[in-house]
Amino acid sequence: MAFSSSLLNAAPGAIAQGLLWGIMAIGVYITYRILDVADLTVDGSLATGGAVCVMLMRSGCDPWLALMCAFLVGLLAGMATGLLHTRCGIPAILSGILTQLALYSVNLRIMGSKANQPISVDKYNLIVSQRFARELSLRNPLVPAIVTLVVLIAILYWFFGTEYGSALRATGANRRMASAQGVDTRVTVTIGLMLSNGLVALAGALLAQYQGATDVNMGRGAIVIGLAAVIIGEVLLGKLVHNFALKLGTVVVGAVVYYMVLQVVLQLGLNTNDLKLFTALIVALFLSIPYWKGNAFRKKAANAAGGVKNA
Amino acid sequence: MLELINISKTFNPGTVNAKTALNNLNLTLNDGDFVTVIGGNGAGKSTMLNAVAGTIQVDTGSILLDGKDITRLPEYKRAAYLGRVFQDPMMGTAATMQIEENLAMADRRGKRRTLRRGITAADRERYIEQLKVLDLGLEERMTTKVGLLSGGQRQALTLLMATLQKPELLLLDEHTAALDPKTAAKVLEATQRIVEKEHLTTMMITHNMRDAIAYGNRLIMMYNGHVAVDVSGEEKKKLTVEQLLSLFSKASGSDEADDKLLLS
Repeated sequence: MAFSSSLLNAAPGAIAQGLLWGIMAIGVYITYRILDVADLTVDGSLATGGAVCVMLMRSGCDPWLALMCAFLVGLLAGMATGLLHTRCGIPAILSGILTQLALYSVNLRIMGSKANQPISVDKYNLIVSQRFARELSLRNPLVPAIVTLVVLIAILYWFFGTEYGSALRATGANRRMASAQGVDTRVTVTIGLMLSNGLVALAGALLAQYQGATDVNMGRGAIVIGLAAVIIGEVLLGKLVHNFALKLGTVVVGAVVYYMVLQVVLQLGLNTNDLKLFTALIVALFLSIPYWKGNAFRKKAANAAGGVKNA
Repeated sequence: MLELINISKTFNPGTVNAKTALNNLNLTLNDGDFVTVIGGNGAGKSTMLNAVAGTIQVDTGSILLDGKDITRLPEYKRAAYLGRVFQDPMMGTAATMQIEENLAMADRRGKRRTLRRGITAADRERYIEQLKVLDLGLEERMTTKVGLLSGGQRQALTLLMATLQKPELLLLDEHTAALDPKTAAKVLEATQRIVEKEHLTTMMITHNMRDAIAYGNRLIMMYNGHVAVDVSGEEKKKLTVEQLLSLFSKASGSDEADDKLLLS
């Protein structure tokens, strides 16, 4: 009884957090699924978004403008990775790791050499705050989170349907084909990485507001949470959904489910220190399933063929 | 008109694996020429095609297309002038995109890609008409993902994509080699039809000597990175496989020009 009521108590917070991470996961979806690039920049750019937003607001900036700035700085982070990859010939994963590492120092600089900076809901006009997570009012973080998501998904749906957006998708699907059709894939890959990291930084800015502080380590393992959301969404709803906008929706659902499950295991007594291990195992498991399924299929086919030969 | 002037390309220069793929190659294609290219493995056929397409950069020499020097132009910029079909049916199309989306990508080859709709209703009508020419029923499956098509269907689609925007030069790199004989014949037939209808300047690499003789108005045979045999017009029409073999042994100065050498 106590268990279920405390879970119920925690649910609105978990959903709000899941929705905000959903924005981040859409960024991961753009690189991992559309561009076919595993981009590790996000671990750094999430914290960059938080740092830019909090520091700007602390110096009196409007919260929406601070969000915009976080998005723009995220674009720059993505551009750094894109240029390292496409103009310096560094493999995408390594480019992301390099930018991520560099961003750690950059983030500390932005945050005035402090590892974390508070932004109290009492003093600042926050767009989302966990203080109101269980309140039935427009201040509830679910409202701005859902509105932001709907607007973002609508914009992305439009963009990936344009001539340029199609070129980006073609780049991810088959780079040689894209080149043969006159697409400069160095540019499209860079633009994709920028867009992705812009969204991740925006999510970082909202998450910092939500938790009332920004932390230089808040992005650690973000890529894994983003991947978890993408994969959980696909496993649960992938077969039902074909429309692109709805596919982005499944990513958000994946993020919410991830945070709900996390809440349950925490209530069941999982040590918070073991959280990252737990997340890594879940993601490894979900990533393995398609591979195992493929192997089982091949074995079956081989057995069938062997049977014919023996007969 | 395509002019290749003294082009050379050596892979892995300065190492024990150095391989001269193109050796002072000279070739001029006139407008409307449909040239078939044959030659043994390592003769430099694909390297020549890739050099023209910009997939590889030549070491020396120049490549002129309609008088424009495109030698140092990157691949994606040359794409404005070139239609290409690859040997691997997977390579020319985007598997996770729909048939109409692939066509729309090709339709904007060489044009600025803007934030306008990727496909308009008018585009769709046009693509349906074009697909009917292939006679594969693809016009009924406009929103099917290309990954669900067979190799032959994908290759036919790639051919259509290469010619949707009339290219100054069509490059076919053994585009039927990976297909079964029946499908290969169909794709070749479609190639012939499109090339004739649009009067396309075409270069087609093939491993099949009969196809090389049957198609096009000119045939070249490559050996050691240069053009060893070049026949056209009436002379080409009357050519037989045996004559081709003896021409080859004369040009290469060797008498071991058997089918294996050419067709392996």
